[in-house]
Amino acid sequence: MSLWRNDKLLAWCLRGCASIAGLIILLIIVFLALEAIPALQQVGASKFFFDRGWHPSPLASEGHFNLAPMLVGTLMATGGAILLATPLGIGAALFCHYYAPPFLARLYRRLIELLAGIPSVIYGLWGLVVLVPLIRQLEPPGPSLLAGILILALMILPTIALLADAALAGLPREYTQGAAALGFSRFSLIWHVALPAAKSGLLTGILLGTMRALGETMAVLMVCGNVVQVPGNIFDPIRTLTANIALEMAYAMGDHRSALFVSGLLLMALVMALIATVEILKPKSSP
Amino acid sequence: MKSWNRSTFTLWLLTIFTALPGCDSPDRPLTLTLTGSSTIAPLASEIGKRFERQHPEVRIDVQTGGSSRGIADAQNGLADIGMVSRGLRPEENNLYGFTLARDGIAVITHKDNPVQQLTDQQIIAIYTGQVTNWKEVGGQDAPITVVNKAEGRSTLALFLQHFSLKSQDIAADVIIGDNEQGIKTVAGNPDAIGYVSIGTAEFDAQQSIPIKLLPLGSVPATIENVRKGSFPLSRPLNLVTGTPPEGWVKEFISFAQSAQVHDLIKEQYFVPLEK
Repeated sequence: MSLWRNDKLLAWCLRGCASIAGLIILLIIVFLALEAIPALQQVGASKFFFDRGWHPSPLASEGHFNLAPMLVGTLMATGGAILLATPLGIGAALFCHYYAPPFLARLYRRLIELLAGIPSVIYGLWGLVVLVPLIRQLEPPGPSLLAGILILALMILPTIALLADAALAGLPREYTQGAAALGFSRFSLIWHVALPAAKSGLLTGILLGTMRALGETMAVLMVCGNVVQVPGNIFDPIRTLTANIALEMAYAMGDHRSALFVSGLLLMALVMALIATVEILKPKSSP
Repeated sequence: MKSWNRSTFTLWLLTIFTALPGCDSPDRPLTLTLTGSSTIAPLASEIGKRFERQHPEVRIDVQTGGSSRGIADAQNGLADIGMVSRGLRPEENNLYGFTLARDGIAVITHKDNPVQQLTDQQIIAIYTGQVTNWKEVGGQDAPITVVNKAEGRSTLALFLQHFSLKSQDIAADVIIGDNEQGIKTVAGNPDAIGYVSIGTAEFDAQQSIPIKLLPLGSVPATIENVRKGSFPLSRPLNLVTGTPPEGWVKEFISFAQSAQVHDLIKEQYFVPLEK
């Protein structure tokens, strides 16, 4: 009897916690929207995509509010980083599981965990003083989409590697044993058994990596050059939506400030669209 | 052991509560709040510390957020004093301004850049993208990396105003936030040109960071020339209030303007004013 009562109590506690967590997210969206509404009304939603440029400050006489180049910049930097970090991260996990001797695998895992723990501003500083001058020798000016992609790839690599590692570790032993019994080569085992079976976990890792890349601010702010433009090639500087907020929020007033909340709202919409897409793509059957 | 723990806890609690500001004299709020320019904030907080030592009953709370925030907070009464690192505009004449010190903006290049001087016209041409190679202004054959400040910063506003430029006209390759980021960017790129607060630039150049301060209108970019008022690209650092200052606010402002803080102003590489 008392056990049942405890159960009920716990259930209500957990329900409470869950609704608080949900409420916080809703409140953030409402807050963003409320702060963004003045700009959306004053400036008009279409100007955020078709204006002549981004010059929102009242000091710059007339305001221009085009966020589209920054949206493109964000997507390109994130996409590039994912394309680079996914094979590397999954490769690292596969190496740990199927090829490395145990002591090396353990060392390698600790190393990747360490990589995950380095603060983003350190990556940014390293990018600014080491990576950017290197890229400048290739093609000036140096701060560029490429620098952003490389730094972001480095930052999300541990996320993808660790989650892929966990997904592979979670595979039932019978799968590998069965494959071994059938005389599969190690490569066939990985390609035809392990990767398809761990698909859902791998996808989660990529999704979390994408989120981190989308939301990353400080490192990107330091290495991307922050010029508001659609990049013509990989050596052109870009500005991401997050860098835009970090760069200008402290100094923004009125419509300018409100416009920065519009860029926050856009970022939020991007993240929600991404989650929805993955939810649709995900294999329906439970692993 | 348990009782010992409890008594330590009580002791901690007591310490924390007695240390809370304002608790020792609850009859009068004695915190002066300053908000605004991130250029002035470090100086204001040093001056505040010295003021607190002389007047233990007062606390000085300094928050940054840019000159525009300083203006707005002083107008709305959100702060006792606003910090504004530029001259007050005509539409801001409802505020009371007090100049603390002056600061200059220096145009900087990499130390290895052979270009020793640029005319105002050449700087304008570089920043508007008409000149894109150093050889056009007497340097080596190398593309120019134009470093610009982000929207809303008063350094950008002052630079634009001095050269009669519009933000839209500038063809930047890199856009930076604070002065240090600008200096790191230029120090890491021999072909870059940028502009930062002269105090920070002169300090960093003395710390053997490879940057060079270019003269402007043939006046060398030095603290000394800012003090004399001969350097063309300089600005006043102001404290502003929404109402005529009284009581502690007045005390603090006159303290900040007095010779007692000149050493602090110099430490921050700003230029104190002679009364």
